[in-house]
Amino acid sequence: MRHLGLGAAGTVDGEALDLAAASLAARIGLPVRRTPSFPAPTYAYDPRRRQFSSTLIMHHALARIPEGAEKLLVVTECDIFIPMLSFVFGQAQLDGPVAVLSLARLRQEFHGLPPNRSLFLVRVAKEAVHEVGHTFGLTHCPDRQCVMSLATNVAQLDAKGGDLCTGCAILMGETIRHLPPETLEASGGGT
Amino acid sequence: MRQHWAILVVDDEPVMRESLAAWLAEDGYSVDVAASGREAIASAEGRDYAIYFIDLKMPPGIDGVETMMEIRKLHPEAAVIIMTAFATVDTAITAMKEGAQEYIVKPCNPEEISLLVGRIIKVKNLQRENLILRKKLAKQYSFHDIISKSSKMREVFELIREVASLKSTVLIQGESGTGKELVARAIHCSGERAARPFVAVSCAALAETLLESELFGHERGAFTGATERKRGKFELADGGTLFLDEIADISAKLQVDLLRVLQERSFFRVGGTEEVGVDVRVIAATRVNLQEAVHAGSFRDDLFYRLNVINIRIPPLRERREDIPLLAREFIERLSHELGKDVENVTEEALKLMIDHDWPGNVRELENAIERAVVTAKSRVLDEDDFAFLRGEARCARPWAVPDNLPLEEVENRVIAATLRRTHGNIKEASAILGIDRSTLYDRIKKHGIPR
Repeated sequence: MRHLGLGAAGTVDGEALDLAAASLAARIGLPVRRTPSFPAPTYAYDPRRRQFSSTLIMHHALARIPEGAEKLLVVTECDIFIPMLSFVFGQAQLDGPVAVLSLARLRQEFHGLPPNRSLFLVRVAKEAVHEVGHTFGLTHCPDRQCVMSLATNVAQLDAKGGDLCTGCAILMGETIRHLPPETLEASGGGT
Repeated sequence: MRQHWAILVVDDEPVMRESLAAWLAEDGYSVDVAASGREAIASAEGRDYAIYFIDLKMPPGIDGVETMMEIRKLHPEAAVIIMTAFATVDTAITAMKEGAQEYIVKPCNPEEISLLVGRIIKVKNLQRENLILRKKLAKQYSFHDIISKSSKMREVFELIREVASLKSTVLIQGESGTGKELVARAIHCSGERAARPFVAVSCAALAETLLESELFGHERGAFTGATERKRGKFELADGGTLFLDEIADISAKLQVDLLRVLQERSFFRVGGTEEVGVDVRVIAATRVNLQEAVHAGSFRDDLFYRLNVINIRIPPLRERREDIPLLAREFIERLSHELGKDVENVTEEALKLMIDHDWPGNVRELENAIERAVVTAKSRVLDEDDFAFLRGEARCARPWAVPDNLPLEEVENRVIAATLRRTHGNIKEASAILGIDRSTLYDRIKKHGIPR
């Protein structure tokens, strides 16, 4: 059956994973299947930066996409980066099969603030949809309320909404409707 | 939102270029990557990018700054962001001096790079919008390559439209550089003869015999060197328009010949006996007052009346100063492109200087002045200093008669004394005006005993 894959790289907050799954199913409109955990991304660790390369995590995940999964979101507790930037909340392949999301900076404690569980979970729900949205070809949206709008800090992340705006929702629906025929057959076979 | 702008990421490190490209693609930009400076230049040859992210250190081959310089040769407007992992003041200064728009140290904050890209794209969008508006404006104010918004020129355009489809002879009068040939071409192109030839002849450029042969052609053996029959401009313009520039300069004999053609619509080639019939519309132009030439007896009155069926007077530029900013910007855009320079605008002060100038050479002189300023410009915006030569010309504009029986020594004495009076004895300023160094000026003052 056509679905979205959701996997944890190493040990990841279970409640956050549940919320990411629920948010994806509701906003993207495809069922979400949890994949067996991936190993902790020690292979992606950069000792100089004391962070993990999101690109290497994505490359690792690319070879492990579960059969039938349209897209795969890998979630990690590690703080991730791309060489050009000091950090990223997540990284996705635009129109590609894989995205990665880091929970590290979504926690208030990371920024030296008291923990706020509900705020953390809301951020997880938004960022999971945002990164998977990119894999469906959605680019950053100029509508600051849309979940696909760019957030380069937690303030911007908190300011935006958790849903796709009408325009992005239409594009997402169109993309899913026009998925390759073999995928549709697989979907038909599963029901 | 998908953007219409493209970005090129240049870095020899695959993870670096691919991850940045992927991050920028999420913003909707079309992103290409290049693994070396040479690859980047090849990409830039085929396409212009809104932003070039170029890594400073790229072994082997050419480094980031050299890559940037090559790309800027191809696209002078290119916005280049130099990236480096090891920031030093020297490299930053070099990069900025060579034209990098920004210099960033890896890794940088996502917000910083997002704002930077957003700012450059905003400027690019404004530039594009500006270009579109300027083209619309230029179209609104242009008529067959003649740019003007002055009411006097509007009347000329109106007259051109009215007379374009007539067969009548036209006499265009205007000072040098006012665009007489452009008006003639506009008449030709607006009428039914547009698809037929437009042949232009400058009557001032050729000697009488040559001009005769040029206009009417010649038969083989008509004169020494006439080894074969040659068709003249009248025949070449058959069905179209013949533009005779500087008509006042033709000889008395040619005036008779021309009058005959205008009356008979036929002529004989030089040395020929066969009459050649043509259907040619004649447009003549002159910078002098032809009526005065008639009164003075140097131009035949019957030819004048034949030519002056429709009279178009083009006002000199000083009578339509409102066109100067429009023309200046048009010339800057065209000449900057033609000369491979990145000059894109002009300051209000420089425009004022141009508006105040009298332009005895009219639009052609303005174009030449802009070309001179563009060639020597040090920045993207032309300012008053780029047109300093106009001030000099203005001072020299009044004709200066050389006094009789005045020794050169005395001329030097008077010029130095006058300059010192004007500068209130300021040696530095006076030496700059006279184009000599201060010690030379002191010597001359001493030599001539000039009081300060």
